[in-house]
Amino acid sequence: MRTPTRPRSSGAALRRRGLALVFLLPALALLGALVLYPIGWSVVRSLFDASGSGFVGLGNYRAAFADDATLTALRNSAIWVAVAPALVTGLGLVFAVLTEKVRWGTAFKLLVFMPMAISFLAAGITFRLVYEQDPQRGVLNAAAVAVHDTFDPDPSYPGARPRPGGPATAPDGSVRTAATGPGTAVTVPLVGIKPATLPAAARPAAAPAASAADGGVHGTVYLDVTPGGGTPGAIDPGERGLPGITVRLLDDGRAVATTTTAADGSFRFPGRTSGTVDLPAANFAAPYRGIAWLGPGLVTPAVIGAYVWIWAGFAMVVIAGGLANLPRETLEAARMDGAGEWQIFRRITVPQLAPVLGVVLVTMVINVMKIFDLVFVIAPGPVQQDAGVLALRLWLVSFGGGNDQGLGSALGVLLLLLVVPAMVLNIRRFRRSTR
Amino acid sequence: MTELLTRPASDSAAAARPPRPGLAARLAARTRSGAVQAVLLIAAALWLMPTVGLLVTSLRPKEDSAASGWWTALARPATLTLDNYTALLGGGEVLGAFWNTVLISVPATALTVALAALAGYAFAWLDFPGRDWLFLVVVCLLVVPVQIGLIPVARLLGAVGLFGTVPGVVLFHVAYGLPFAVFLLRNQFLEIPQELLEAARIDGCGEWTIFRRLALPLAVPALASLAIFQFLWVWNDMLVALVFAGSGSQPLTVLLQSQMRQFGSNLDVLAPGAFLSLLVPVAVFFSCQRYFVQGAMAGSVK
Repeated sequence: MRTPTRPRSSGAALRRRGLALVFLLPALALLGALVLYPIGWSVVRSLFDASGSGFVGLGNYRAAFADDATLTALRNSAIWVAVAPALVTGLGLVFAVLTEKVRWGTAFKLLVFMPMAISFLAAGITFRLVYEQDPQRGVLNAAAVAVHDTFDPDPSYPGARPRPGGPATAPDGSVRTAATGPGTAVTVPLVGIKPATLPAAARPAAAPAASAADGGVHGTVYLDVTPGGGTPGAIDPGERGLPGITVRLLDDGRAVATTTTAADGSFRFPGRTSGTVDLPAANFAAPYRGIAWLGPGLVTPAVIGAYVWIWAGFAMVVIAGGLANLPRETLEAARMDGAGEWQIFRRITVPQLAPVLGVVLVTMVINVMKIFDLVFVIAPGPVQQDAGVLALRLWLVSFGGGNDQGLGSALGVLLLLLVVPAMVLNIRRFRRSTR
Repeated sequence: MTELLTRPASDSAAAARPPRPGLAARLAARTRSGAVQAVLLIAAALWLMPTVGLLVTSLRPKEDSAASGWWTALARPATLTLDNYTALLGGGEVLGAFWNTVLISVPATALTVALAALAGYAFAWLDFPGRDWLFLVVVCLLVVPVQIGLIPVARLLGAVGLFGTVPGVVLFHVAYGLPFAVFLLRNQFLEIPQELLEAARIDGCGEWTIFRRLALPLAVPALASLAIFQFLWVWNDMLVALVFAGSGSQPLTVLLQSQMRQFGSNLDVLAPGAFLSLLVPVAVFFSCQRYFVQGAMAGSVK
């Protein structure tokens, strides 16, 4: 049964008002009790001491700015805000523009966007594996070592040293023989490493000929270790040469020639008749072990790297949405006029995208200020203080052992004050959109 | 080469085509496209690598993981085993935590969407005094960090006996999810043409009917985006559960976090656990990616 049409009566309006109250009540009650009230409570609580009974005024805030750990957290939070949003937005922009140019752009977007669905905890565990210090286990350090060894491929013999009574070790760690005359053979017996650690390519060392045909300096670098005996300082059967050692010939302390030992440890300087044979210290240095990503110095950039991995996809998708809405005419016109891709990007795409880029940047700044889980999970215990950020400090102070709710509340209020500019921005945007 | 490219124009259609750009221009374009492809391929590999590393690690015996990197196992796939997973699921603890995660995420999502839909509709279409001011408060609350609520809400929940329980965690998530949810849905409901609504009112439909039969169906995409985002947000949360959940109500994230201290020796629990915990959100992501993208666009105010 349809009721006859009737102009809106005040009764209906009143009923709607009552209904509005019913519709709003559950949400507003929760917001009031669990969000608004806690804000007020925290402001008041931040003025009291740890036990909550003594009024300390702004004492907690003063304490926050005097405490080393909190200052570190503030500094790190500042680094986060300065670096992470810009990185995320920049990468998102580059990805959004580039994916438009390839046919598999959608697949790429899906792949890069996926980490957003993953928890900070799972991402943290994932990146602990990536940043693992041991190059045998951490993929990033394995890559770092591989790159390093490509450019500096000398296999080094860490800990190798000349046999006492043999060549001397110079103050800089290099091994140096006495000056040699024309055509002299030089043997360099080394000890201090296990025969089992020699590279597979090492061949038995051969005693150098007494004098080379062209009178050049030549010789052999070998491991002077024979299990169960052998003559120290002499090449015994079974003793192997050390391949790949850099050998320099010094004349008056200046390197005049450089060569590398062969598989049997032999080396020669054709045509050079005299000088000092020198094995630079790099041959005996400890091998390159990669970078301490999660050490106190690099832990914040490392965690930011994981954050960028998670959020770049978000920036990319939002910016790509903005890109799709751009008018195509200006782009086409610029192309017709012969503008290069880079010029188009800088002069047309970026300025037109500015509002979207601004929104992404602000969203990321707000997000970064509250960052907690990722730092908490990735930074190992001992460096957690070096990696600390404001939100982590708040948790540690109030729950993770500190148990000082006064100081914790003060940090919470501080955190809230930091997002007030974003609040104002949102209100402005909202006001503009309703006008 | 040029002879090959300029065939005798025997058929008229080919002759009518605009002249192709010069060889040099085409070569430059080809190179540029190749460079773009290369850059994106490298980026894709970089983005995929951490997750692949986690998956492979989760399939390796602990001793293997301690001895060598996960990439070495790619050459010897026979060393991979599901043992970590069977051990993990055999112990009741992880299953219980997984179940807790479900028990927290599903009600927290449903409640947030339901309450926000009601409030959003009221803000959009029901006149009442102070409506705009009240909504402005909600806009302000959009950016309030959850951290500010941790201590006071812990005391509140303690006072009513909900601290350390699943409902306590759910309530907190609902409260802090509401500002964004109300904001999103109110804007969505405003998109409904006023004439449509007025027509329904003139036809004598009650507000509840209009809400149920008109507003909700029209807002389904927004409701879906919101539900997905809220679900992922709650599923992935660690901080709130760390504070409010007790040992019997802790979700997967908190259980795994407690194992982080001995990262290396707990890898056989952590890697498969982390992979299990990301399986659900990633499945949600891939099955609902359309709504997910829409939600991300709308969410760039939070």
